[in-house]
Order: sequence, then structure tokens, then C-alpha cells
Amino acid sequence: MKTTMKRLTVVLAAVTVLLALGAGNVQARDQIRIVGSSTVYPFASYVCEEFGATTKYPTPVIESTGSGGGLKLFSEGVSLGTPDISNASRQMKLSEYERCMENGVEKIHEVVFGFDGISVCENTDNPGLNLTLQELTLAVAARVPRDGKLVKNPYDYWNQINSQLPHREILIYGPPTTSGTRDALEELVMVAATKKMEGYDNRAYTSIRQDGVYVPSGENDNLIVQRLNKNRDAMGIFGYSYLDNNRGKIQPVNIEGVEPTTQSISSGKYPVARDLFFYVKLDHLDQVPGLAEYVDLFLSRKMIGDRGYLKRQGLIPMPKKMRQQQRQEWQERELVQKSDLE
Amino acid sequence: MDHKSLKSTRMRYRRERRFKVYCIAALVLACLFLVAFLADIVVKGYSAFWQARIRVEVNYTQEVKDLPVLSVSEEVSPLISRAWFRKIPRRLNQHPEMMGTTRTQWVLASGAVDQYLKDKPNGLKQKQKRQVDRLQDQGRTKLAFNTHFFTNGDSKLPESSGIFSAAVGTLYVMIVTMAFSLPTGVLTAIYLEEFATDNWFTRAIEVNINNLAAIPSILYGLLGLAIFINYVGIPRSSALAGGLTLGLMSLPVIIISSRAALRAVPDSIREAAFAVGASRWQVVSHHVLPMSIPGILTGSIIALAQAMGETAPLLLVGMMAFIPEAPSGFTDAATVLPAQIYTWSSAALRPYAERTAAAIIVLLAVLILLNLTAVLLRKRYERSW
Repeated sequence: MKTTMKRLTVVLAAVTVLLALGAGNVQARDQIRIVGSSTVYPFASYVCEEFGATTKYPTPVIESTGSGGGLKLFSEGVSLGTPDISNASRQMKLSEYERCMENGVEKIHEVVFGFDGISVCENTDNPGLNLTLQELTLAVAARVPRDGKLVKNPYDYWNQINSQLPHREILIYGPPTTSGTRDALEELVMVAATKKMEGYDNRAYTSIRQDGVYVPSGENDNLIVQRLNKNRDAMGIFGYSYLDNNRGKIQPVNIEGVEPTTQSISSGKYPVARDLFFYVKLDHLDQVPGLAEYVDLFLSRKMIGDRGYLKRQGLIPMPKKMRQQQRQEWQERELVQKSDLE
Repeated sequence: MDHKSLKSTRMRYRRERRFKVYCIAALVLACLFLVAFLADIVVKGYSAFWQARIRVEVNYTQEVKDLPVLSVSEEVSPLISRAWFRKIPRRLNQHPEMMGTTRTQWVLASGAVDQYLKDKPNGLKQKQKRQVDRLQDQGRTKLAFNTHFFTNGDSKLPESSGIFSAAVGTLYVMIVTMAFSLPTGVLTAIYLEEFATDNWFTRAIEVNINNLAAIPSILYGLLGLAIFINYVGIPRSSALAGGLTLGLMSLPVIIISSRAALRAVPDSIREAAFAVGASRWQVVSHHVLPMSIPGILTGSIIALAQAMGETAPLLLVGMMAFIPEAPSGFTDAATVLPAQIYTWSSAALRPYAERTAAAIIVLLAVLILLNLTAVLLRKRYERSW
């Protein structure tokens, strides 16, 4: 069977050629590569798809690696094997910035494109309520500290948590595990509160109770509103944009004394909201076609504007002034400075 | 026969019957699970093969180029998919003769309308529901065969998402996997079986290979990341990186099955060839290898099928990504069917649930086809000596 052996040789040769091609191809790339936060992922992938569908450039490749994982890949260097953009649900850390500098990634542009936050809502007939992060955490956590030990959450009424609160059944309709709002609930409420609480040993705790007090509800937010209308005791946890679209049907609970409004969110006063970022590697601007156009599209009114597409995906748009400032800074290709980072 | 031995015979028969009942019970249980799984998938997924469409009057005017939503009347525009709207400007550029015309077209409905027409939970408002009902009464809605599911890639708009890019990605990955692991595996097996002497070294290799066949697949992902991406510099998320990683994973299975196939060729054939003066190379290439090819192929196809359903190692080489466009080469970013299934299964929007199940149906169909081929090959070329 000489032919069989010949064929084998040919296949082997083909593999070698493929390997060589692979190694050589790193130097040229026509697709934008994006990594980073899973919170930003739904927004960024929406922009990516729109970019691919409406421009002459190919659709960027986007991977959800987490903010830290993304910035790690981003900071590896300026070769085309590294990503062009890293998304983040927090600002770049000083250590990450220094790693960038060490590896020659010196020209980085920072974009804030909006906010992500949650609101706790209730029936409009209620007199209004204020909750602290700690109270909210104690209501939803699977285990709570009691007499120095973590025990199964025993709270059924809000006044058991804090006697100042009304005698009202705890019943919370909230996001299921697959949702980004759930991530926000865990990170912005539970992590923030439990880190400072004694019983949790200053460690972040994010397990949510499963005894029927916290009811994971699907994507159908309308259904939660119906429940809230029927049951005055119940509360619902939504992405902020949903509250914004349904004011009048539901009212927000104040968190740490702050009412969620676009203003209190953009000023950073409202505690359960955060800025969303992405970082652009300016060294790649003239090497990767379409990179600048992608950022332009992302910052455009139809994406992040007051009635932009990303709002429907749950983004809290920035006030107009901030948007203009971001566009201005992008036009000037402003660099991240060490002093900007805390 | 005396009484005692009669009794013991009866007991033995009874024991045998009992044993048979256990075996049948196990079989029934396994079948139940299988049927329940398949039924669940089919019930959830079959509806994804049909997709809602709405018949509308489309005005192709100059202003539509900037604001595609203006092409249809205001009341139906919220019911139509954005995936359709955003393609209008490009279509108008390609077909300038369409400019200024009004056409009646069946267009893609939004995911919520689709789910509403399928009686599933949806996010439509009451007013929109009445609107859809009205359209339905006028015969302006239909559930048509979902060609998009097979011709589109992934999308953030569930109604226009499909498995095309993942299927092409799978094809590329499998080509690389086979091109890498088949020759390497078979040559290794030939050496170990035909050339190597039996000493501690070859025995150690054998133990290691058997061991490798059983380690968790994610470890191959780590290996692939370290070697192919970080060291060789193959682009992340490419079919090449994924294929080579899966190739590493299928190597042990291919080596083991190839060795078994080679060993099944009786020694009398080798001895006969040696007796007429053939060299070892001639013995292998003229006689042993051709005879064992059906066995080798069977093992390889099973290894291929296994690699095809794998996601864990691909996560690490970056193939679990949002990739709407099909790759056009081995170094382009690609994703594969199981990865696509995983991504959809964790998507929050409801219409993705049926697409997840539909993609599973497609993957299962391909896998059944592959395994069937393996069985047929074995049947067709099986030889006994």
C-alpha cells in the first residue's frame, strides 16, 4: 500500500505548513479582538454585532474573561497577538497599569460608556422605605451571622433584621443566576456589605437563600411588576433601566438613604451602581483596521444615548455632558495617567 | 436425581432468572433516561426550526438609508426584528434599483413576537399582543421554516441567531484535529506494536498513554494554551489552536485503538511475509497496515466524535467567544457547536432556550451519523482469521 504511506506523508506535510502559517499569521490581523468583563460582555457584543452588520469591517471577536483576566491579557504587550480592547466593570488597578508599562503598553485610552446598577422596587402604595446594604444582605443571604456563627437565614420579617423597619414579610423577586443583574446584586450589595461585617470574617459572601423568601424570577420583569401590584409586601430587584421605564407602576426603595436617579448614579452617590469601562490599546489603532470606527460606534448616540440600543440591554446611559466629554477625550486620544488611578 | 441436587438445581435456575430480571431492569432504566432526555430536548427544541414572519409593505426611500425603521408603518415596526432593519442600507447600496419602490415582503419578526406566536412567555406589551392578534387574523403572520438557523451565525438578537458559524468552526477544528492526531497516533501505534522491543521504556510509554486517555480534558486545554498559543504563537480562538488541542486529547484513544487493530492481525501473516524475504517496512506497509485500517478508522471516528462534543479544553484556548461570522481559514477566530450550545444555554433571553435545544438536536444527529459510520465500517470490512 504505497499510496497509503504517500498520503500519510502529504498529510504530515500539510500539518507542518499549517503550523507555520499559524505562527506567521500573528503579525497580520483584520479582526478586532476584545476581552474582559462578563458584565460589559452583553453590551460590547451587541456593539460588535452591529459593527459587523453595518460596516465593511469584519465582526470583532469578543471573549468574556472577567475584568481581571481581560486586563491581564491586555497588558501582555503590544504585539498583535494581544487584544486591542479590554472591557472592565471597574477601573484599571494601579498594579495592572504598572504591568502594562513594564510590557510596553504605554498608550492606553480609557472609556467610560455608561453605568450598571440595580434597584429594589415595591408597590407604589407603600409609604417608602430605606434599606442599608447590610439589611438587604441579611434579607437575601443563605447564611447569616448569629452569636458568632454562620447560621441558616432565620429572618422572615424585616423588623427581625432591624427593629426600626416595619413588620413586613420579606419576599423578594430577583434575578436568576444567569442574569447580569444577579452579578450586580452579588457584587454591589452582598460583597460590599459582607466584607465589612464581623460574622463573615471580613470575607466576601455571595450565596443567596433558597428557602422561598428570595424568588428567582426569569427575564420577564413585567411578571414581577404584576406580583408587586398584587402583594404590597413583596419587593422586586431589577436593573435600574427597568425602574426608569416603569416609574409610576413601581417605586424604588432608597439604599443607604439615596434614591436611585440618573443623577445620583452618575455622581456615584447611589451605592449599588458602577461605572462600566473599556480600555483601548492605541498602539493598535493603525495596525488593526476598524478599531477607531468601533470605538466611534460604541460612543455614538444610537448606542449609549438616552434612547440608544444598549439601554434596552440594561445599560444606564450617562448624562449628555459626560457622553460628550468621553467623545471629546476619545477624539484627543487622551492617555491613562498613573495619577488617574487610585 | 436425588432430592438434594434437585433442590440446588432449582435454586440455580431461580438465581439465573433473578439475575436476568436485574439486567433487564438496568436496561429499562438506562432506556428511560435516554428517552426522557431525547424527548425533553425534542419537545423544547423542535419549535426553533420554525420562525415567525410578518407580511408588511416596505417603502424603500432615501431617508430609509439613514433610519431603516421608517421603511414600514409605525405600528408594526416594533414587531419586526432589528436584524432585518439594519441590513436595509447595505441592500439598498447593492441594489440601487430598489430605491423608490414599495414592496410587500415577509420579514423577520422580533423574538418576542415569535415567542408569542408559539404560546411561550414573552415580553410583549398588551397593546402589541393585540396588534399581533390582529395581524394574525389578517393572515399577515406565519411560522416559516427557519433557514436563518442554518445560515446565520450567533447573534445578540435571538431571532436571527443560528448555528452556521459554529458548524463551520467545528468542521475546521475537526480537520485540524484529524490531520494532526491521525498520522501521529497511527505512526506511534505502528512503532510500538511492530518495531519497538518490549523493554521497560516502551512499557512505561504504554502505561503513560493509557493514563493520558483518562485524564480530565480541561488539562489538555491548559497544555494547548501553554504550548500552541503562548509558545508557538498560534492566534487565540483560532480553529488551528482548538484543533491541535483536541488533537492532543484524541491521541491516546487513537493510539490505543490502532494498537488493538494492529494486534488483531494474526502473526501468521507477518511470518509469511518475512518468509518470502520482505523487510519489516514492507511487512507493515504492504500487509499489516492495510488489513488493520478498518479497525484504525473505527477507533479514529469514535475519537473524532468525542472531540467534537468537547468544550472544556476549548474554553481555555479562547473558543468560547461571541463569533457571529463563520471563519474563512484555520487561523480565523472560530467557535464550535458545543461551545455555541453552552453560550446559548446561559443566555438570559427566553428564545435562546429553544435554540439551545435545537442546536443539541443538530449536534446529536451529526454524532449519530459519525458513530453509525464507525459501526458500518466495522461491519463492512471486519475480517476473521
